[in-house]
Amino acid sequence: MRDVAVVGFAQRQMAEFDGSPTCVELLVPLFAECYEQTGWTRRDIGFWCSGSSDYLAGRSFSFVQAVDAIGVIPPVNESHVEMDLAWAMYEAWLKIQTGEVDTALVYAFGKASAGVLRRTLALQLDPYTMTPLWPDTVSLAGVQARAGIDAGAWDERAMAEVANRSLTDAEKNEYSIRKGGSSVEELLSRPVYADPLRKHDCSPVTDGAAAIVLAAGDQAREVRDRPAWISGLAHSVDPISMGTRDLTRAPSAARAAAAVDLGGVELAELHAPFSHQELILRRELGLAEDVRINPSGGALTSNPMFSGGGIRIGEAASRIWSGEVSKAVGHATSGPALQQNLLCVLEGNI
Amino acid sequence: MAKQPAAVVGVGQTHHRAKREDVSMAGLCREAIDRALLDANLTLDDIDAIVVGKAPDLFEGVMMPELFLAESLGAAGKPLLRVHTAGSVGGSTAIVASSLVQAGVHKRVLTVAYEKQSESNAMWALSVPLPFNMPVHAGAGGYFAPHVRSYIRRSEAPTHVGAIVAAKDRRNALKNPYAHLRNPDTTVESVLASQMLWDPIRYDETCPSSDGACALVIVDEDTARASANPAWIHGTVMRSEATTAAERDQVNPQASRDAAAALWKQAGITNPIEEIDAAEIYVPFSWFEPMWLESLGFAEANGGGWRLSESGATAMDGKIPVNCSGGVLSSNPIGASGMLRFGEAALQVRGAAGEHQVDGARRALGHAYGGGSQFFAMWVVGSEKPAN
Repeated sequence: MRDVAVVGFAQRQMAEFDGSPTCVELLVPLFAECYEQTGWTRRDIGFWCSGSSDYLAGRSFSFVQAVDAIGVIPPVNESHVEMDLAWAMYEAWLKIQTGEVDTALVYAFGKASAGVLRRTLALQLDPYTMTPLWPDTVSLAGVQARAGIDAGAWDERAMAEVANRSLTDAEKNEYSIRKGGSSVEELLSRPVYADPLRKHDCSPVTDGAAAIVLAAGDQAREVRDRPAWISGLAHSVDPISMGTRDLTRAPSAARAAAAVDLGGVELAELHAPFSHQELILRRELGLAEDVRINPSGGALTSNPMFSGGGIRIGEAASRIWSGEVSKAVGHATSGPALQQNLLCVLEGNI
Repeated sequence: MAKQPAAVVGVGQTHHRAKREDVSMAGLCREAIDRALLDANLTLDDIDAIVVGKAPDLFEGVMMPELFLAESLGAAGKPLLRVHTAGSVGGSTAIVASSLVQAGVHKRVLTVAYEKQSESNAMWALSVPLPFNMPVHAGAGGYFAPHVRSYIRRSEAPTHVGAIVAAKDRRNALKNPYAHLRNPDTTVESVLASQMLWDPIRYDETCPSSDGACALVIVDEDTARASANPAWIHGTVMRSEATTAAERDQVNPQASRDAAAALWKQAGITNPIEEIDAAEIYVPFSWFEPMWLESLGFAEANGGGWRLSESGATAMDGKIPVNCSGGVLSSNPIGASGMLRFGEAALQVRGAAGEHQVDGARRALGHAYGGGSQFFAMWVVGSEKPAN
């Protein structure tokens, strides 16, 4: 395998993006930040890959106009996944591994505020047997949270601890749209939203976009003194059926963890859109007690669809660049109740 | 580490029809997958990862359908990727699947692309009004007709060339048991007598709306050894250009020309018309055969393409047989159409194309395009392992 590192990262997260119908306009300044961080121009990028959803944009081919943000001529080596930024990054990492290219810029965008997200996501379910019932995402997550409480895997207090830590950490993140920790007791005194979930147990509806730059070998070293080298990258998926899965577990996260080396990880950015899902992930990844979780505030404090997972990788990478930690893991999830999971292990020294 | 050799050892497709009411989306995909695995002499247990492609989710009304399909595609417990690059998606999906092997990440990858147009409304999905965007409201035919008119004007093409292509592809389809349209009496005259839809595109020069899927099994060199006839991947390319630019040449887009140049270079081809034995080119409207022949470098720009098509050189027994399977003009399950081109190219070099086999085909082109001719995906496959 070639040594490939995350060398650039730019993000925007907000409660409502008042502008282009699809957040595409956000991409131009994000690309500019990536060029500034790397000292490159668009012509130095060997491969482009984006992640987005036509259902968030309310149109077919929502990625088509995003290509315009790259520029017009010459044409680019480009692809698109109908998945989170993290998987777009995976495709770009593959492309670098084939030796065809040495650099890649991946990006993703989503404007969830334009619709009713919890209903839109019901369209992700089995169209023959589930979608006609319109089970919304928050309710499905509530079913999962209740299953864990009933099984004794966690309790509401543990969930509130996750939320309180996240809201406290978010105070230092300019992009978090929900912030301000208080106490576990105070959080537990708040009203239930989708029993047993309270609002702070659920990620807020967020608009946003993000971009990640990858580079191989010496090109990474030229950009940063301390690139965030990808030492492991793996993903897996479980069946969607909520009735046949053990909702208290995420086997696909465990399989991804088994495919990488998490030993010595100091920091984990976990893409857990609901508080109890962080508890599931910590267990599946076997993270030690002293691993710092979501210093960015995590998805509970802002979670733009289609970039929320990739942002976790970007946040982890930035803490490698700064020297704050030497080994970190970024995680992304997709689908209802942690159906699909990706892990990206980043290291400062290889 | 250098790029690892990769080969197609299994190709499967459905019987394409206007309405496959006998299967669900999952069943449609499985029909293609099961044939591809049988062809490859492998089972789902042997597969390391799965890559799914399809055109817009708005077509069937399922957001990220690979999530609900995961289990029926055999992906549960494995890595699953979902590609979407407009009409070129079937080709791009095959390319992403090959890159999993070429990168040395996996040894045996299954890829599947599909569209179930009978459960969708493509015309609606392509015509959703958008703020600050000129509405098309015309479907793909209305969008591409001006490109065709421009080509005819530039190249001074006689207006019956499109009908020659359409009649040829419909006749080829009779040799393909999976083809959707099987109209035994199609002639140049009957095409010219069909209803004009979007001048100069007539009804019989237009692709059908199909339900269908295509699946490929792509493997590493060790696994390919067990196959009697692997189709080795000699080159893959994707290129995209922006939509809105006054200087775009939409008849012969730079992204297409750049992609072809990069592809021929990778595959070590200097004279495509001499070195390629069969081509499966994405031709949803008949005139795109001469247009792409020029853009791909099989013929001189501004007229070489229609002269080739008119001369019969693109027929099964011609110098450069194009779309021996019947092509998109005979079956168009949109998301799968590109992968069908890639898969049919593989069948040709494996000597496995049945009645529509080109004798002794050693190198073949698979081609797909999408959007308003901004997105291109292509590959060259060969009967022999590439030297590079």
